[in-house]
Amino acid sequence: MTMTRREALLSGAGMVLAATLPQGAALAQAAPPHRGGVMTVHLGSEQRILNPALRASTGVYVITSKIIEPLVDLGTSGRPEPVLATSWAASEDGKTVTFKLREGVKWHDGKPFTSADVQYSAMEQWKVHLNYGTTLQLYLDAVETPDAHTAVFRYSRPMPLSLLLRALCDLGYIVPRHVFQGTNVLENPANTAPIGTGPYKFVEYQRGQYVIAERNPDYWREGFPYLDRIVWRFITDRSAATAALETGQVQLSAYNGLPLADIDRLKTDERFEVSTRGVEANVFNNTLEFNTRRKELSDVRVRRAIAHAVDVNFFVENFLYGLGKPATGPIPSVSTEFFPNNPVPYAFDKAASEKLLDEAGYKRGAGGIRFTLRLVPIQNGEDVPLLATFIQQSLAAVGIRVEIVQLDIAGALTNVYRDWNFDLATGWHQYRGDPAVSTTVWYRSGSPKGSPWTNQYGWQSDTVDKLIDDAATEIDPVKRKALYADFVKAVNDELPVWMLTERPFYAVTSKKVQNHHISPRWDSGDWHDTWLLPS
Amino acid sequence: MRVLALALRRLAASLPTLFLILIGLFLLLQLAPGDTVDALMAQMGGGDPAMAEQLRSFYGLDAPVLIQLSRYIWRLVQLDLGFSAIYGKPVASVILERLPVTLLLMGTSLSFAFAVGMALGVLAARRVNKWPDALISTLGLIFYATPSFWFGMMGIVVFAIRLSWLPSGGFEEIGAGYTGLTRVADIAWHLVLPTATLALIFLSTYLRIMRASMLEVLTLDFVRTARAKGLSQTGVLVRHVLRNALLPGLTLIGLQAGTMLGGSVVVESVFNLPGLGRLAYESVVQRDLNTLLGIVFVSALLVILVNFIIDMLYAKLDPRISAER
Repeated sequence: MTMTRREALLSGAGMVLAATLPQGAALAQAAPPHRGGVMTVHLGSEQRILNPALRASTGVYVITSKIIEPLVDLGTSGRPEPVLATSWAASEDGKTVTFKLREGVKWHDGKPFTSADVQYSAMEQWKVHLNYGTTLQLYLDAVETPDAHTAVFRYSRPMPLSLLLRALCDLGYIVPRHVFQGTNVLENPANTAPIGTGPYKFVEYQRGQYVIAERNPDYWREGFPYLDRIVWRFITDRSAATAALETGQVQLSAYNGLPLADIDRLKTDERFEVSTRGVEANVFNNTLEFNTRRKELSDVRVRRAIAHAVDVNFFVENFLYGLGKPATGPIPSVSTEFFPNNPVPYAFDKAASEKLLDEAGYKRGAGGIRFTLRLVPIQNGEDVPLLATFIQQSLAAVGIRVEIVQLDIAGALTNVYRDWNFDLATGWHQYRGDPAVSTTVWYRSGSPKGSPWTNQYGWQSDTVDKLIDDAATEIDPVKRKALYADFVKAVNDELPVWMLTERPFYAVTSKKVQNHHISPRWDSGDWHDTWLLPS
Repeated sequence: MRVLALALRRLAASLPTLFLILIGLFLLLQLAPGDTVDALMAQMGGGDPAMAEQLRSFYGLDAPVLIQLSRYIWRLVQLDLGFSAIYGKPVASVILERLPVTLLLMGTSLSFAFAVGMALGVLAARRVNKWPDALISTLGLIFYATPSFWFGMMGIVVFAIRLSWLPSGGFEEIGAGYTGLTRVADIAWHLVLPTATLALIFLSTYLRIMRASMLEVLTLDFVRTARAKGLSQTGVLVRHVLRNALLPGLTLIGLQAGTMLGGSVVVESVFNLPGLGRLAYESVVQRDLNTLLGIVFVSALLVILVNFIIDMLYAKLDPRISAER
C-alpha cells in the first residue's frame, strides 16, 4: 500500500500534536493515530434540541459540540483557549471586550463564517433565549462588527474577562446567521439538524434512538478529525447502557450515565477506564433546601442543627460507593480560582444538634418528637431518594419526624419552586466553573417565583445580595476571589440551602478510545483529535 | 357484506368510549403537578423564568385548561393529533415511526406465545398427571411468576455479556446501512431476546388455558363418538378436540393485546427498543400531553382491531357463532 501525500501530511500532523500534549496520556501513545472508525456514545436522556446557542446543558453539548463550535473552549491547559476566536482583549473599564475571529472557516453548507454570525448568536440567541446566557449577557448592549473578523462586545456594566471567557466555553457557541435570520428561532429546523463549523457534520437524528455525525472533510484544523463517524445512542435504562458498554456496542458513557453500582464495578474492569479526568469542569453537590417560611426553619439554629444531625461521610461511603466527599459550601474545592479554602462548616455531631434544637425552644414532646417536616426529593439522580431516606432517619435520631413526599421530577420542581409547597427539599446543584454562572442564583433574592434552582426559600440577605452583585462585576481577579470568599462564609453561616456533598462526574470509557479526556470538559469538547484503536 | 356491517357497528360503539377516555385522560393529566416545560427545565438542569414563559406560550400552555381542551377536541375531530412537545413534530408522525417496532414485537411475541403455549398445553393434556405434564406445568408457573424485566436482564447477562451470542439491545445496528434481507436478518437478530422475554410470560397463560380446555373437551360425548367410529388418537385430537379447545385461547389473545402493549413498556426499556411503550412512558414523565393522548388513541384502535379480527376468527372456527346471527 502506498501512502498518499495527504496521508503523509496527516500522520505528520498527528505526531506534532502528540508531541505537544502535556499529559501522561500522550506519552502512552507511541503509535501514530489511526484514521477511521465509528465511535458510539451513550446518552441517558434526550434533549429536544440540538442547538447549544439556545440550550445550555451537558446533554446538548455531548452531541452538538462536535458539530457547532464556541468562540473559546477549555483546552489541554485547562484554561480557555482559542477556537473560533483567535485572540481577545478587554478595555480598561471592563465594559468592552474585543474578539479577533479565525479566518478561512466555513460553515458546513459552504458559506464563510464571519463576525455577523457572532453578533447574531450573541444578540438574538444567547441574550434572548439561552438558559444562563440571558443572565450572563443581561448588560450586553451591542456587538459591533467593524470588519468581517472582529467582534466587539459592549456592556453597560463591567464584565470580568475571566468570567466571560470561562462562561463562553459553555455559553458561547456560534450558530450561522444566514440559517436563522428572519425565521422563528425556536421553530427553525436547524435546531434539530444543526449546521456548524465543527469537525463533524450532522447526518441524521432519529428521535428516541440515535444521532449520527460524520467527518467534515473541509475542517479548518487541517488533517482532523480522525474518526469517520460518531453515533450517539439514547439508552434511558441505565443497566441496559452498562450492558451496551460491556458488549462493545458503546465506547463511552459520560456524566454519571451508568448506575453507581456499575461505575464502582467497572473500575476494576481491564477493558474500561473509569475516571473523573476530563470531566473536572463540572462538579455537583447533593443539596438540602430549607423553606424558611416555615416557623421552625426560619430559625437559623434549627437549620444548623439539621446539618449537624446528618453524617455525610457515612452517606458518601455507604450510598455513593465513596464517589465524593463532604462539601465545604457552594464553591467546590476543585474550583481553584475561587475556592476560599474553608473547612466543612458543619461536622456530624448529634449532641450539638440536640443542644441547638433545645436552645431554639423545640423540646422533645410526646414520643420524643420535636416537630414534623415534609421533605420533597427532586429526583435528578438515583442517589436523591437514597439521601431523602437517609435524612429522614438521621433527623429521627434527633427528634425531627420527616415525611417524604414522592413526586416525579416535573412534579417536585413545581411543588418546590413554584408553589413553595415544601419544608425541606433535596436535589442536585451543579457548579459550572464560575460561581456567577449557575451558583449565585441559588442565593440571590429576587428570582421570579417558579424558576427552578433559584432562591425560592423565602430567605433574603442584603449582605449576600450585595456580595453577589459586586463579585459579578468586579474585574480584578484577586478582589473577585475575596468577595466570593465572603459570600461562602455568609451563606455557610446563614444556611438557606445546605450543600452536603461535593461529587465529581464519572465517565466510563473503553480503552479502545485514544486521546480521551485530555481537557476539563472533554465530553463536551470537539473530539477533533480523538481516535480509536483498530479492532 | 355482513362482515363490514359488523365492523362498522363495532367501531360506532367504541367511538364514544374512546372520546370519553381521551377527555378523562386530558383532565387527569392536568391534575399531575408540573407541565412539559417544567420537565424540560429539569432535563436541561436549569433555566430562567423568561425562557419558561416563552416555551409555555410556544407549546400553547398559557391558555386556560378548558380552552386547551376544546382546542384539542376540535383538532381531534379533524383527525389531527396535534404537535408533540418532546419531539417537535406532529404526533401522528412520531407514533407512526414507533408503531412498527411495537407491532413487530407484539406480533412475534403473541404468535410465539400462542403457538408454543398451545403445543405445550396439548402435550401436557395428552400426558396428564405424568412427568411431562408435571414438568411443563411447573415451568409454566415459574415463567408466569417471574417479572419480565428480570428475565430481560438475565437474558442480557447470559446471552449478550457472558456468551456474546446476541446483541444486548437496540432495534438494529445503527449506521451500518444494511438493506433488504441483511437488514431483516439484523432486526430479527436484535429481536430474539426481547421477543423471548415478552413471550415467556404470556406463554404460560396459553399453556394452562389450553391444557384445561383440552382436558375438558376430551371428556365430551362427541370425542367418545369420534373414538368409537375408529379415528386414530391424533385424528381425534387435531380434527375434533383441538378445534373446540382453541376458542378460550383466542379469547385470551383479544384480552391480552392490550396487556401486551403495557408489558412492552418494560421490555422496550430494558432492551432499548424505540417502540410505543417507551414513548408512552417518556410522554408521561415529560408531561407531553398530545403524544400521550395520541398513543392512547392509537392503542385503543389497535385493541379494537385485534378484537374485531378475533371475532371473525371465532366465526370461522365455530360456525354456530355466525349462524346465530
